[in-house]
Amino acid sequence: MSDSVGAAVAVHDTHTGYERLGFVRTYIFSTDHKMIGRQFLFLGLFMLVVGGFLAMLIRWELGWPQTPVPGFGWLFKDTEGVIPPEAYNMLFTMHATLMIFFVVMPIMVGCFGNFLIPLMIGARDMAFPKLNMLSFWTGAVGGVIMLAAFFVPGGAAASGWTAYAPLSAVTEYTGVDWGQNLWCISLFVLGISSLMGAINYITTVINMRAPGMTLFRLPLVIWSLFITAILLLFALPVLTSAVVMLLFDRLLGTHWFLPKGGGEPLLWQHLFWFFGHPEVYILVLPAMGVTSEVLSTFSRKPIFGYRAMAYSMIAIAFLSWIVWGHHMFVSGMNPMIGMSFMLSTMVIAVPSAIKTFNWLGTLWGGSIRFKTPMLHALGFVSTFVIGGLSGIWMANTPVDIFIHDTYFIVAHFHYVVAGIIFAMFASVTYWFPKMFGRVMNEMLGKIHFVLTFIFFNLTFFPMHILGLGGMMRRIYDPTQYEFLQALQPINHFMSISALLLGASQIFFIANFFWSLFAGKKAEDNPWKANTLEWSAPSPPPHGNWAGSPPTVHRGPYEYSSPEVEEDYFPQNRPHPALTGAGSSARVGGH
Amino acid sequence: MATETRILEELGETKDLLDDVGGVPPRWPRGEEDDRSPFRDSERGYPSRNAKLGMAMFLGVETMFFAGLIAAFLYLRLNASEWPPASQPRLPVFVTGINTLLLLASGFTMWRVQGPAARQDSGRPARGLGMTFLLGTVFLVVQGYEWARLVRFGLTFSSGSYGATFYTLIGLHGLHVLGALTWLAALQLAAKKKRLAPHHPRVFLCAMYWYFVVALWPVLYGLVYLV
Ligand code: HEM
Ligand SMILES: [Cu+2]
Repeated sequence: MSDSVGAAVAVHDTHTGYERLGFVRTYIFSTDHKMIGRQFLFLGLFMLVVGGFLAMLIRWELGWPQTPVPGFGWLFKDTEGVIPPEAYNMLFTMHATLMIFFVVMPIMVGCFGNFLIPLMIGARDMAFPKLNMLSFWTGAVGGVIMLAAFFVPGGAAASGWTAYAPLSAVTEYTGVDWGQNLWCISLFVLGISSLMGAINYITTVINMRAPGMTLFRLPLVIWSLFITAILLLFALPVLTSAVVMLLFDRLLGTHWFLPKGGGEPLLWQHLFWFFGHPEVYILVLPAMGVTSEVLSTFSRKPIFGYRAMAYSMIAIAFLSWIVWGHHMFVSGMNPMIGMSFMLSTMVIAVPSAIKTFNWLGTLWGGSIRFKTPMLHALGFVSTFVIGGLSGIWMANTPVDIFIHDTYFIVAHFHYVVAGIIFAMFASVTYWFPKMFGRVMNEMLGKIHFVLTFIFFNLTFFPMHILGLGGMMRRIYDPTQYEFLQALQPINHFMSISALLLGASQIFFIANFFWSLFAGKKAEDNPWKANTLEWSAPSPPPHGNWAGSPPTVHRGPYEYSSPEVEEDYFPQNRPHPALTGAGSSARVGGH
Repeated sequence: MATETRILEELGETKDLLDDVGGVPPRWPRGEEDDRSPFRDSERGYPSRNAKLGMAMFLGVETMFFAGLIAAFLYLRLNASEWPPASQPRLPVFVTGINTLLLLASGFTMWRVQGPAARQDSGRPARGLGMTFLLGTVFLVVQGYEWARLVRFGLTFSSGSYGATFYTLIGLHGLHVLGALTWLAALQLAAKKKRLAPHHPRVFLCAMYWYFVVALWPVLYGLVYLV
């Protein structure tokens, strides 16, 4: 506990001021940022199972078109177990919607944002704890609404996660009535939840940092969450306004997106992608932040180019506002505008590449420890590189006009968005000891990583080939097209890989729950890391630090510092020369 | 605890508010302050207050929400061959102009309640709040009356993009005014009961929101009615 000195300068020097609360206020309506973080984690993991199941059904249909689904035929009674085309549309729509809005956002932003921000900046809680609780429960209601859509007549939304009008605006076009309305309502509600979270994050990061925690001493994951929150703040309301208009078109008979009353279908695309592109960075920035933490800790080296990392995230955030048109190259836009969207999109590769090279620079010459979180972080870096490279390629209008709406696009975004699951597993395995006070099993963790990494690539890499071969995305049965029949063996192979990828997750689920109840008790700082959360007990109590909250003396990445004997130097530990504990210090050389 | 109370006094905060905003912002040790940070509340060395900052961001959200609607409106309008369509009723420019002045006046009365001038005398804010509330209500009633007339003339949600944009934009602003009025009413009750000072954070926050709905209106009026 010698780490938490610095009481002299702290304001809260008497007691933490948190009394013991009953079951409901501890586990259900909790205002403790850590409990809210865990709630988001469980929400996200549950949705991951649902969304993953939908993906398996999609792959079944593509691999073995129009054959009854083994084991789940009862879901499609009318067609004797075969997935009907309308249901297929619903499956891919809801798969993407759930994965983006109810898995990656709740876990990477909701869970880790909540859990980490106060702990890593040395605060006792969020700036607005009650708002925080409200944010989770609003989000949960949004999730229930989204799932309820499966059970209304006509089924859930079936117009793609991008909900292009007029397909999404006219019930007759998809046959989906209330399913699409609930989709709009759910995203509206979820938007409110995310915005409450974003306001909380920004206020907390700006106002609640511990003494000494300057902006450029913030861990990069906090930088990433901070910038993510700013993106949310300014991008999400535009989606909210768009779903309101769509809902009005559907329910009140307005004509925002319907040509017959003077509306414009393309308007939806502009609004959606004005949100949509920042959204993909909302998803990926926290993953990048986590990766920076993990790579530095397990290389026992300072992160390479700390400031460049922070500035490149800021640059990404700015640029992501002016690139949305790259999703609309085939919409018939003015070629001059298309050209400027193409250029701005290519520019965004620069800060992304800066980050990648800095990660490589961090690894270079480090004494790397291949623990499970590290493996997953490396997995994220490698999938991100592949997805980023295909992105630059597609950003060229002439290329994109050829491959737009093919499986090449599907390959691209799975490498970047689905690749985030590696960052997610990295964060869960890295912070599990702090979250639940127990250590996860390394052996199971490694098996899970290796299988996931292999089957991930076997599932998604061939999509590039299919896309270039002309296979369109969102088709029900590729064998109906003569020119695709030769490619069917690839589809078959990918579907088998996908099923195995799904099955590999059993190792994670087993490891997670086994460790939760029976794992080895964790020390306070099992990875010998520098950031402040490791100076609190595992798991931290309500209020985080039993004594006074820490004071910060240096940046977060002082690994293998020549100034101390150990290979880490926690942010809250005063310099040995200052405290007189000179025995463990190697000062005086300069 | 003594330090906490002192800081509270310096900040003009009250304890009950603090329960909602997570406690006193930490004080930074001398020499370690982040001078480069643009987020400092200057002289006193405390970060700007949580509630104020949170409110400012919420207004940012609202701005983007309306920016989306306004952009969509302009997109449709600029692509339309005739605007307003020949067969559709015209909007009541004059009455709404007067109404605009009323709403602006309510912004002024709010500013009288809690703006810089109000900080000098410690008069109770309840009366000024009442005036603001009254002006806001009149604005909303006139809007509702004009709406009813337009509907009678045949302009509805479903009369093409002209009707759709009009009712959506103006209606959503009206809903925001309604929300702000509810808040004002609640605040006024509290101000009467607890004798809130004019610069109490609760008055301040409500005022920030009120200024937003007031400031948004001339933009909408200009774009939807005038041009
Ligand atoms: C190097 C940076 C990147 C570039 C240059 C890039 C470029 C592009 C382009 C041009 C498209 C449109 C292709 C089309 O529909 O024809 C696209 C689609 C997409 N990108 Fe990226 N991208 C980049 C990074 C990312 C990242 C980091 C993510 C997510 C974390 C992402 C997620 C997506 C998604 C989800 C779509 C498809 C959306 C849909 O149509 O459903 N991209 N990207
Ligand atoms: Cu994009």
